[in-house]
Amino acid sequence: MSAAVSFPMKRFLFLLPLALFLVIAGYFAMGLTRDPRVLPSVLINTPVPEFALPSIQGRDRGFASTDLQGGVALVNVFGSWCVACRVEHGFLMQLKQRGEIPIHGIDWREPDREAGPRWLAKYGDPYALIGDDPESRGVIAFGVTGAPETFLVDRQGVIRHKHVGPLTPEVWDRTLKPLIAELRKQ
Amino acid sequence: MKLRLLLILWTWLAAAPALAVDPREVLADPALEARARALSQELRCLVCQNQSIDDSDADLARDLRKLVRERIAAGDDDRRVIDYVVSRYGDFVLLRPRLTPATYLLWFGPLAIVLLGLLALAVFYRRNRADDPAVPAPLSPDERRRLESLLKDGPR
Repeated sequence: MSAAVSFPMKRFLFLLPLALFLVIAGYFAMGLTRDPRVLPSVLINTPVPEFALPSIQGRDRGFASTDLQGGVALVNVFGSWCVACRVEHGFLMQLKQRGEIPIHGIDWREPDREAGPRWLAKYGDPYALIGDDPESRGVIAFGVTGAPETFLVDRQGVIRHKHVGPLTPEVWDRTLKPLIAELRKQ
Repeated sequence: MKLRLLLILWTWLAAAPALAVDPREVLADPALEARARALSQELRCLVCQNQSIDDSDADLARDLRKLVRERIAAGDDDRRVIDYVVSRYGDFVLLRPRLTPATYLLWFGPLAIVLLGLLALAVFYRRNRADDPAVPAPLSPDERRRLESLLKDGPR
């Protein structure tokens, strides 16, 4: 190694730990801006796992994985105890009235058998099919961590998209609507 | 004194059953139950995120514990139970990440950094010893002559 080359390198070598620190700190800072509750789903582009949920009170049938064959549909996890579900509920009703897409519901962990039906009677029922899920069976099948969560399933019964949190008109226009149009073309 | 000690011991014993696991969940077979407990301690509660489902009181954690016990009772081995939960929630549910090429950096990164530090230390000390002022270079013939003359005659 010639002195002419090594001299300036050596001179700034002391900055190397600082540079390393800045790189690592940069990664951590980026990590801080991300929401730890929004987990990437491992189920995207995989078939809906098998599940079969019983009917809620007042309906004559439940909701099972076999119901997701044959048409593009949304699966929405809700509960009468879930405040954020109340936020998105009006928009789900709008989607139903506009006849955009069948929405199926998983009624998660109601405190009692009447709570879910009572909530739906009060705020409206946008769901085509509803499964009662008092022991998180359906919810675990979908890898759900909290309500509300909404899944987009294609006509082969493959999960294509997962949305965590309330479904808003913005999310619909920006993400779901174009995706649905594309899936319907296939 | 003795009474106080007994009282303290008693409070400890009384506190022991304050676990997240509901007695109603417990499997009848103690061997299966021990396996369920061990597996539950490996699985992350998705609600509290830094607790295992064994520690957590969240509803989802309780339902996951129930599921783990059902699978074990149905004859699944540990690997299959864990794989079932991972297939739904991803590697994130494992409190102890698996050793895969994607996690090599995670598992071996700290060790690599320690090794690098040791290497840097070794290089630093070796280099320092090479031009250590405590071990002076041998005198040149000129210096030796001057030293001898100084020793003979004293400073002029």
